[in-house]
Amino acid sequence: MNITKKVTILAVGLGLVTLPACGSSSDGSDGPGGRSGGGSKTVTLVSHDSWAASKDVVAAFEKETGYRLRVLEDGDAGQAVNKAILTKDNPQGDVFFGVDNTLLSRALDNELFQPYEVKDSDAVLPEYRADEDGHRVTPVDTGDVCVNYDKEWFEKRDLAPPRTFDDLTEPEYKDLLVTSNASTSSPGLGFVLGTAARYGDENWQDYWKKLKDNGVKVVDGWEQAYNEEFSGSAGGRQAGGDRPLVVSYASSPPAEVIYADPKPKTAPTGVADGTCFRQVEYAGLLSNARNPEGGKALLDFLISKPFQEDMPLNMFVYPVREAAQVPEEFAEFGPQAENPETMDPTKIAEHRDQWIKSWTSLVLK
Amino acid sequence: MDLARTEVSRAEAGRAAARRRGTAARLGLMAVPVAFFAVFFAYPVAAIVARGLKTDGVWQLGRIGEVLAQSDVRQVLWFTTWQALVSTALTLLIALPGAYVFARFDFPGKQLLRAVVTVPFVLPTVVVGTAFMALVGRGGLLDELWGLRLDTTVWAILLAHVFFNYAVVVRTVGGLWGQLDPRQEEAARMLGASRLTAWRTVTLPALAPAVAAAALMVFLFTFTSFGVVQILGGPTFATLEVEIYRQTSEIFDLSTAAVLTMIQFVAVGAILALHAWTVRRRETALRLVDASQTARRPRGAGQWALLAGVVATAAVLLLLPLAVLVERSFGDAGLGHYRALTHDDGGVFLVAPIAAVGNSLRYAALATVIAVAVGTLASVALTRRDAGRLVRGFDALLMLPLGVSAVTVGFGFLIALDEPPLDLRSSWILVPLAQALVGVPFVVRTMLPVLRAVDVRLREAAAVLGASPWRVWREVDLPMVRRAVIVAAGFAFAVSLGEFGATVFIARPDNPTLPVAVARLLGRPGELNYGQAMALSTILMIVCAVALLFLERLRTDRSGEF
Repeated sequence: MNITKKVTILAVGLGLVTLPACGSSSDGSDGPGGRSGGGSKTVTLVSHDSWAASKDVVAAFEKETGYRLRVLEDGDAGQAVNKAILTKDNPQGDVFFGVDNTLLSRALDNELFQPYEVKDSDAVLPEYRADEDGHRVTPVDTGDVCVNYDKEWFEKRDLAPPRTFDDLTEPEYKDLLVTSNASTSSPGLGFVLGTAARYGDENWQDYWKKLKDNGVKVVDGWEQAYNEEFSGSAGGRQAGGDRPLVVSYASSPPAEVIYADPKPKTAPTGVADGTCFRQVEYAGLLSNARNPEGGKALLDFLISKPFQEDMPLNMFVYPVREAAQVPEEFAEFGPQAENPETMDPTKIAEHRDQWIKSWTSLVLK
Repeated sequence: MDLARTEVSRAEAGRAAARRRGTAARLGLMAVPVAFFAVFFAYPVAAIVARGLKTDGVWQLGRIGEVLAQSDVRQVLWFTTWQALVSTALTLLIALPGAYVFARFDFPGKQLLRAVVTVPFVLPTVVVGTAFMALVGRGGLLDELWGLRLDTTVWAILLAHVFFNYAVVVRTVGGLWGQLDPRQEEAARMLGASRLTAWRTVTLPALAPAVAAAALMVFLFTFTSFGVVQILGGPTFATLEVEIYRQTSEIFDLSTAAVLTMIQFVAVGAILALHAWTVRRRETALRLVDASQTARRPRGAGQWALLAGVVATAAVLLLLPLAVLVERSFGDAGLGHYRALTHDDGGVFLVAPIAAVGNSLRYAALATVIAVAVGTLASVALTRRDAGRLVRGFDALLMLPLGVSAVTVGFGFLIALDEPPLDLRSSWILVPLAQALVGVPFVVRTMLPVLRAVDVRLREAAAVLGASPWRVWREVDLPMVRRAVIVAAGFAFAVSLGEFGATVFIARPDNPTLPVAVARLLGRPGELNYGQAMALSTILMIVCAVALLFLERLRTDRSGEF
């Protein structure tokens, strides 16, 4: 009996090694974009792993358009863009969502997208529009990278939390800030770009020298900075984090409220709104999409009112659509910065690598 | 005379035919493992390396020199090598007494302890790295005792490497140690040798190859270390593996990544060749006895002190970080975070996080089936008596996936397996396939020593009596390796459960595995997310521990390498 069982196991095992090949090509739902024709009823969205949406909003899209939505989450933001570029001749899906202004040029230069102007393009707030001649990308959401502070820590010491980039170099905030590596972490890079925008090509390095002298700590990823080092987060409190200032997002305080049980009346953390850099995330129709019609419908959906209003509590970002309502608890604890630093994607493209290099040798070495 | 000559030539012809049949059988057995590795490993890796080093169809081999000339790269190479050497030495220093204690002493809770010290080896670093900070980070045990903080120092990396690889030494060396006949050493002492001389001349030579094999395995794992260095080392330390990840995944400099991949490939190949050589030396005939006969209760103050020392080390270095994980999973919420795992309204996933447990178990089960099938065929082929040098080299080759970065294999999958009939890039089957790739080496390493120990004469006798090769295997080998197969399956299962690097590339939002779900929860602010991440990690830890404890009950007579 043992032998029969083993033979069965072997046979099944070998079958599985060779069968899936047939499986994926004959079953359109499993092949990318359903290359077998019957799959044109499926539209595939490739994104990074922060993608999230409410079930009923997705269901409404599927019902309205008749397409079934498949989502492929492809690692963190940078990784997902790189993978999309690698596979552009034979893409994994129809629409890519999640390239931000810091990486937009890499995507455009590599001809990742084909033109499509979404139906409601006029409803997108003008300041977020990009590539208006080519219409290769559509802005979908926006978020601010800002320094967060631990309210209790500052209240206990009767010290006002910092408000601006300049404040961070003041002696009373010595050894308090933790950020993440600009070459491997998106908020880390956003913060460096914020300082470059604020102080200009000439002076941003001097600013970082001061910041370094004032004891800024750099760890590799946002997860370590926020969950380990920052004294204001749930993880940091348990891990005994001793840095009351962290580079994170303007939307982190509402997350601390919404993902708590019971929900506190106020957020335990706040945002230094003079330290913000605005990121915009774009989506586009992939150059060799197998289901371009479905992809177009999906892009229309991404800036439709229901989806835009659904985003804040799922992905913790702000809508780009004019007059889209932001849920109250989100707006209350995570207001958008008044005057965030911004930078033209072309300028980022020109300087990105050089800035990261200079920053690395200045701060890490 | 003539008649005799004809007889001789007939016999020769018969032997030649047998050889041909043997070759055919061997090729038949090798076909599946070779095809598996060619399609799911060699081809994707070659494709991504070629992508990096080829522009317009011309190889840019000059890139190799350019990359090597960069001082950053040389610095990474130097750090990779020396931290691996020191980590290996430190692991041997701390784990060898453990190997001795587990081999020679009987004490209550031994099986449980042996299972628990193996848990770190199969846990994903994304989980343990954070908990390990509780030992060496601020407010950690060392901080409280001596005001010592090791986070973002190289010491944190070294200690974490001991934490992860302790089990490799305990299992590899301790497994053999337990089966060495203690009477040989006793005989030497009766003949007048001092305790030290007896140990040095009798036990040490017998153990040396196993120690070398374990050391090389630890060196391989620390040389290619990724998560530990990333999480505990901070941004200033990078191993080759971390640098390959950065170049591929963040900077998108594929040609530099390709050169670094090739360097790592050569280094890992050399380590594995050396390893294969020591392993074969180890398989020279030793007088082995049943491990249960050699272990006894410790006697005298010295032995008790040794046992206490080992248990204390294991408790501080291995159990404490795991305990911290469990403690954090409760937090102030009691079972709240565990309950939250069953809701699907968290927004992070399309399904309740607890569904990740089911996904992980299903994937791991399938990965195990594939790994055992491929690994068994390879092991049988490798133990055939007529296996030539080429075939024997193949067992080192089977280990290569352990030493090639997951990001290289993952990106390779993307560009290599993108044409029907092998367009698997977005198919769920890639998850168990990638996991099986990591599981096969463990299956082979567990089964080979057992299969090689089967007396060849038994097989020959069966064959002479007219049994078909299949029947020989069934009647002679199978009964002996049945338990090895189960142990191998268990290891492949545990390793698959914890596999993160390759899985994260392919897991889909509607069916995340446990490590992927943990990483995603950790990627979001908020107490509930953090608490759920810790609770899921605890569940993963328990599932691994249960699988390993089950293995403890099924230990083979002649233990494999892990």
